[in-house]
Amino acid sequence: MGTGRLYAAVAVGGFRRYATYRIATAAGVFTNTVFGLILAYIFIALWDDRPHLGGYDQAQALSYVWLGQALLMVVAVMGGGFEDELIERIRTGDIAIDLYRPADLQLWWLAQDAGRALFHLLGRGVVPLAFGALFFDLALPVDPLAWIAFLVAVALGVVVSFALRFLVALCAFWLLDGAGVAQLAWIAGIFCSGMLLPLNVFPGVLGEVVRALPWSSLIQAPVDVLLGTADLPRTYLFQAAWAAALLAAGRLVQSAATRRVVVQGG
Amino acid sequence: MDNEDADLILLDRVEKVFEVRRRTGFLRAERRQVRAVDSLSFSVRRGEMVGYIGPNGAGKSTTVKMLTGILTPSGGRLRVAGIDPSRERTRLARRIGVVFGQRTTLWWDLPLIDSYRLMHRMYRIPDGRYRENLDRCVELLDLGDLLDVPVRQLSLGQRMRGDIAAALLHDPEVLYLDEPTIGLDVISKARVREFLRDLNAERGTTVLLTTHDLTDIEQLCRRVMVIDHGRLVYDGSPAGLHEVGESERTLVVDLERELPPIEAEPARVVKVEGPRQWLAFPASESAAPLVARIAARYPLVDLSVREPDIEAVISRMYAGRAVS
Amino acid sequence: MVSPARNGTRPVERGPADAVWAPQGRYEQVREGLRAYRMIAAMWIRSTMAYRASFAMTAFGNFAATALDFAAILLMFSQVDRLGGYSLPEVAFLYGVSGTAFGFADLAFGSMDRLGRRVRDGTLDTLLVRPAPVLAQVAADRFALRRLGRITQGLLVLGYAVAVLDVSWTPLKVLMIPLMLLSGGVIFAAVFVGGAAFQFVAQDASEVQNSFTYGGSTLLQYPPTVFATELLRGVTFVFPIAFVNWLPALYVLGRPYPLDLPTWVAFAPPLVAAVCCVPAGLAWRAGLRSYRSTGS
Repeated sequence: MGTGRLYAAVAVGGFRRYATYRIATAAGVFTNTVFGLILAYIFIALWDDRPHLGGYDQAQALSYVWLGQALLMVVAVMGGGFEDELIERIRTGDIAIDLYRPADLQLWWLAQDAGRALFHLLGRGVVPLAFGALFFDLALPVDPLAWIAFLVAVALGVVVSFALRFLVALCAFWLLDGAGVAQLAWIAGIFCSGMLLPLNVFPGVLGEVVRALPWSSLIQAPVDVLLGTADLPRTYLFQAAWAAALLAAGRLVQSAATRRVVVQGG
Repeated sequence: MDNEDADLILLDRVEKVFEVRRRTGFLRAERRQVRAVDSLSFSVRRGEMVGYIGPNGAGKSTTVKMLTGILTPSGGRLRVAGIDPSRERTRLARRIGVVFGQRTTLWWDLPLIDSYRLMHRMYRIPDGRYRENLDRCVELLDLGDLLDVPVRQLSLGQRMRGDIAAALLHDPEVLYLDEPTIGLDVISKARVREFLRDLNAERGTTVLLTTHDLTDIEQLCRRVMVIDHGRLVYDGSPAGLHEVGESERTLVVDLERELPPIEAEPARVVKVEGPRQWLAFPASESAAPLVARIAARYPLVDLSVREPDIEAVISRMYAGRAVS
Repeated sequence: MVSPARNGTRPVERGPADAVWAPQGRYEQVREGLRAYRMIAAMWIRSTMAYRASFAMTAFGNFAATALDFAAILLMFSQVDRLGGYSLPEVAFLYGVSGTAFGFADLAFGSMDRLGRRVRDGTLDTLLVRPAPVLAQVAADRFALRRLGRITQGLLVLGYAVAVLDVSWTPLKVLMIPLMLLSGGVIFAAVFVGGAAFQFVAQDASEVQNSFTYGGSTLLQYPPTVFATELLRGVTFVFPIAFVNWLPALYVLGRPYPLDLPTWVAFAPPLVAAVCCVPAGLAWRAGLRSYRSTGS
């Protein structure tokens, strides 16, 4: 009861923290819209040439573009959420303080990241999607149930994304400077999340592999849920399984790191 | 005409007005003019060491920013070494040294000496002079063992000493110091103060010092200027400041248990919180006999002395003026 | 000039003011800027080398991250033979030129999007009290050799394109390649400087700059035929990044010009680049002036 309230407060804090940067948010919306525009024209050219590429028609492909831009920040494909701060705390040794707090390290940051994701969904997601819907023919459903199912998939995607970034950040316990690992994770995120191109357009074995990796939970899964091109229970199960596995891995690494901090005496 | 020899720094009715936008609604903002510096006039002679103090937001850093050419004044006349700082910023830069208390200008990941080599080249300091100045700083600031240490590994006090040296390699005529002792331990504070005293006495470098620590002023400056709301409210000796402000120090006493307020002249209890009591006593009095008296009569666990802060002195100045 | 005769306090043997060297005129200022840039960049390179492993990783990362864009193009061509009527070598040519030109500007000016942060945390002030042009200091801030990764990747794609393109190369067409890379680099550099100037006004708006820099180079990696005419008009006449590669490359590839433009526009990039520097420089000066009058 009490702890639930604590994490709720942390989440609210995460939301507020990002909400204070109004100009940064407006600038980000602008960027998402510009990139959405560029991608939309490229996709139109692609789907003009191959009308059913990846099993999408052109309206679905365009929906993919704009939903992708809307979700980019929500699921933090390119990082830039809590992990920078966590890496910094590990680097400076402040993490020792966090480890002795009564709150759970992983849950604490998850709550904060959930708050951030909610803000980005509202602040960074809505406007680009609305812009896309206004200027392009999209295949967005009107059924509210489809949108609710979409939000569930987005939430699961946020957890998977969090668990991945948590693991990346913990690498800083062993590496002097976590920037390199963060960058590799960033590249994997961009390539394997379907941010550049829908994963079902990837050919052959490559396609099979990227669709099985956790990053496909971030954009591909929620978009397919919304467009009705996914098997709902299977998608949820896939996302939840990755979320559970990665969170568990994070716990393992965290306890190894804790031992390390204790041994080194902070 | 500027009488440059006499007045190295000269301000004549200098003003700085900012336009501040304050958010009043989701998208609505209100514009308001803020007079950060209001018709400020003073002069500093070559070789003086002056404390420049005031509460946060009083206009201290705005003044220093105008003196270094970072900010352009909105009105009035300002000269440093005969130069108009805002018009000839880069020319002035070669003749002044600036130490920003909390923001180091040293290269974080490189050995300290590398930052000095950069200064050497950037300021085009002749080789011989650079050597000489560096040796001097290294000796007096005790930097010998630190030159090859990456700056990130230095303690706050070591870094501050490193920053002060970096600001002096090009022989500036004026040194601006912004909170040079903030966050330093007692030994580092003492060393920095000693160095500044020597610098001023032996090289005749003019020093303008902003600080929150009144001890800095008392130990270093024969003159102190107090600014509040953008105006000069005091210009005189540090001792006079205490007279005007009748400043008090605070003795914080932790007793074994809750007790009635301590009675010990000339101190008076200003606050009680459980076993902890706050006693105010005149800053001119020594704390030692007072502590001895209390220790003799009360079960003492811990104690600390708090120096009067600038805010308190200034607020008392106003109070005193209102009475007289 | 100032000639301080010293009396009063104990004198220093030499008056520093006498030895003060001050740059005169515009040419000297540019030279001073380049000098400061070189010195600061060298310091940053040495700083990076303090973390060698991390440098190797981020340099590779930079290479790989930019290579992803091209991977996406390859993925597209695994599904289609032509994109907007262009073959893979042709798109690779556009990509290589845009990527390399942007890489040059990114290497030299890529840190300028941090200006807003410097304004916010007040560290810009530490640059303003140095005897070197602020623009040079800001541009050299966090100079990162890892950005060579982007240039390398762009050059590799360009090399591939040149090798497989079915073009009858004339000396003029060959000359067009360095001309595009250099002019394009300058055009993007102007965008970086202009974007940084905007951050004096809106400190949190570095993302807007990203849409013009990264967004612009992404746009140019694809054939102009893909995009709407209004967009083409915009990037030709208003925000003239079409001169980085599209317009000159169409000449090399022997393709028709959009918007009924005459062929000579293919040779305009150096002129456009020079012209771009004017508003960028003015914007920078205006931004710096506004900072110095408001302090934030």
